Amino acid sequence: MFNPSKEKTYMPVQDANVRNKNFDEVSLGYDCNSAINEANRCLNCKNTPCVSGCPVGVKIPDFIGKIKEGKFEEAYEIINNTNTLAAICGRVCPQENQCEKNCVRAKNGEAVAIGRLERFVADFHLNNSSDDNIKKVASKNQKVAVIGSGPAGLSCASELAKRGYQVTIFEALHLAGGVLVYGIPEFRLPKSIVQKQIDHLISLGVEIKTNVVIGKTITIEELKNTYNYKAIFIASGAGLPRFMNIENENANGVYSANEYLTRINLMKAYKETSDTPIVKANKVAVVGGGNVAMDAARCAKRMGAKEVYIIYRRSKEEMPARQEEVEHALEEGIEFKFLTNPISIGKDSNNFVNKIRCVKMKLGEPDASNRRSPIVIENSEFDIEVDCVIMAIGTSPNPLIRNSLSDLKVEKWGGIIVDEETNATSIESIYAGGDAVTGSATVILAMGAGKKAADSIDKYLSLKK
Amino acid sequence: MFKIIKKEILNPTVTLMKIEAPLIAKNAKAGQFVILRVSSDGERIPLTIADYDNNTITIIFQIVGATTYKLNQLNENDTILDVVGPLGNPTNTKDYKKVIVIGGGVGCAIAYPVAKQFHLEKSNVTSIIGFRNKDLIILENEFKQVSNQFYILTDDGSYNKKGFVTNQLEELLKQDSSYDLVIAIGPLVMMKAVCNLTKIYNVKTIVSMNSIMIDGTGMCGCCRLTVDGKTRFACIDGPDFDGHSIDFDEAIERSKMYHSIERNAYDHVCNLLKEEKKNV
Repeated sequence: MFNPSKEKTYMPVQDANVRNKNFDEVSLGYDCNSAINEANRCLNCKNTPCVSGCPVGVKIPDFIGKIKEGKFEEAYEIINNTNTLAAICGRVCPQENQCEKNCVRAKNGEAVAIGRLERFVADFHLNNSSDDNIKKVASKNQKVAVIGSGPAGLSCASELAKRGYQVTIFEALHLAGGVLVYGIPEFRLPKSIVQKQIDHLISLGVEIKTNVVIGKTITIEELKNTYNYKAIFIASGAGLPRFMNIENENANGVYSANEYLTRINLMKAYKETSDTPIVKANKVAVVGGGNVAMDAARCAKRMGAKEVYIIYRRSKEEMPARQEEVEHALEEGIEFKFLTNPISIGKDSNNFVNKIRCVKMKLGEPDASNRRSPIVIENSEFDIEVDCVIMAIGTSPNPLIRNSLSDLKVEKWGGIIVDEETNATSIESIYAGGDAVTGSATVILAMGAGKKAADSIDKYLSLKK
Repeated sequence: MFKIIKKEILNPTVTLMKIEAPLIAKNAKAGQFVILRVSSDGERIPLTIADYDNNTITIIFQIVGATTYKLNQLNENDTILDVVGPLGNPTNTKDYKKVIVIGGGVGCAIAYPVAKQFHLEKSNVTSIIGFRNKDLIILENEFKQVSNQFYILTDDGSYNKKGFVTNQLEELLKQDSSYDLVIAIGPLVMMKAVCNLTKIYNVKTIVSMNSIMIDGTGMCGCCRLTVDGKTRFACIDGPDFDGHSIDFDEAIERSKMYHSIERNAYDHVCNLLKEEKKNV
């Protein structure tokens, strides 16, 4: 029965004042009834505007149709045909800028909660199925190496394994998952869910080798010649943190968001049992306006900081962070300093940060990114007292692979240059995708690139046989 | 998992371990390091590769914190949970004919493979190694074997000549202006003192920066330091840098970032292990 409600069906969340002291997942997800109720808001539009907003083209009205019928496992199969990381994308995709942005229901009320429904279906599948039943596809004898186990690497490996290739993923850290495990915090994306997706890959026959840095432990040449990999997919991400190059940025207590989040997420600094040291700060300033800034700020709060500020040089409208994360951060007591930009950091005699000096900004004409560019308001300097600063102003592609592969063509800023149609690099049999090509972007775009590269690698290797 | 083939107590606070790690050993070169992790939820710590052969790498570490304490509890045939490497850029040992290699304390573990590599490349090697006292001496014979001239000093004079490595260095630089490189590896204050001296005598000086690190691949930025006014990462831009361009004072302050936290963690781990022993 059609649900005419103008608002999304409520998804329960942990109370803001409880959750800002723990690392358990914030959103609790739909149950079957609320999922069906929300699915019934979908108009099943013939021209499927939502699908055209999805970077990987998930057949959204089809899977929602199955939810309406209560056939959740069938709904999962529909999503899984185009998106093998549904439980992750349902949680971290910026739906409001993609599928939900185009939803006809959004013209008069709220869009259908496509992200929440995707998450529900994926969780239903994870809780009610087991990988034991999966048949490993008969193996082709061609080996493919995937460098990096983040979203791009995982999706490429999954596609190739399904087509029968022998796939090995090489991961530099001790745990697979890339940014999904070192970057995105437990309260937004539980690590058990990432692990289930990785276990699923292993059940498909994918081999994962952790503690291997390609370009150092094994070179690309060795992958090809010594280990006989016929194609290589570079998905090494954009891990190199940017700094602002302002005074005292190397003072103690100034972190890159990567370092702060890695210490907490990957190295579990929030647990009593962890040996990982981290500065226990009272007043924290996070610089930046993306999801990473929200994650860092909300982690700082959970680590016990009394005051946490997000310093962003534009206004709320221009923030690239997911809407839900901004709202959750506000509810949890994070204080936003919009139209504010740091110009220097102050430190005490022990080299520890004690303040951040900022200027006020106003918005001018739209710039290259189509956002109104911030302009400094003169004589507007002011100090905020802090004992920790976290820089979350973006990352660049990791240089290790390109430094060890002189023939690889890269952009000036470090991104690997690929053919847009095939994701092929300048070197035969080597493909690349995800943040290593685009610079820091979203999980879903990286996944899409991994899938596209898998198609190209399949074509390339089929011809070579 | 990485098996410990050999464990040797070099002195009360310094231990040598030979670890089975064929992949790392194959591509390892002097000056590079590994990052290891002893337990799940444990810290990742960088340690320099002190030696390597076809199948193994050797690490030499000082017991300073919770992780090195736990590492030192492991014995031959035990395994280390994670070891990744070789990381960082190898030391350039090709372009120099007459070099002075300086090692201070446990820094000798890093200086030794560098001295050995220079020796293999047929450079004339003068080694100066210094320790606080006689009990802390490591790698004396190893250094002797790869050095054309060899000097060993102790701060308190309890073994051989009394003094700092810089005293010996200055003596040599005064007599002979034909050295084309000094490499200094040891405590930051020692490397700073060496650089101040070689600046006066105008001898190129390379130091190896053993900063705090997590991933060792350029991802976290916690190993950053200022070189020639620019921020660089020890893990991917180093660990070797031109010593005359480094902001040592900043590096010294940064190295103290977790001192108090680490001290507590160390005491905590020691107490836990003592408790366990009592209860067994």
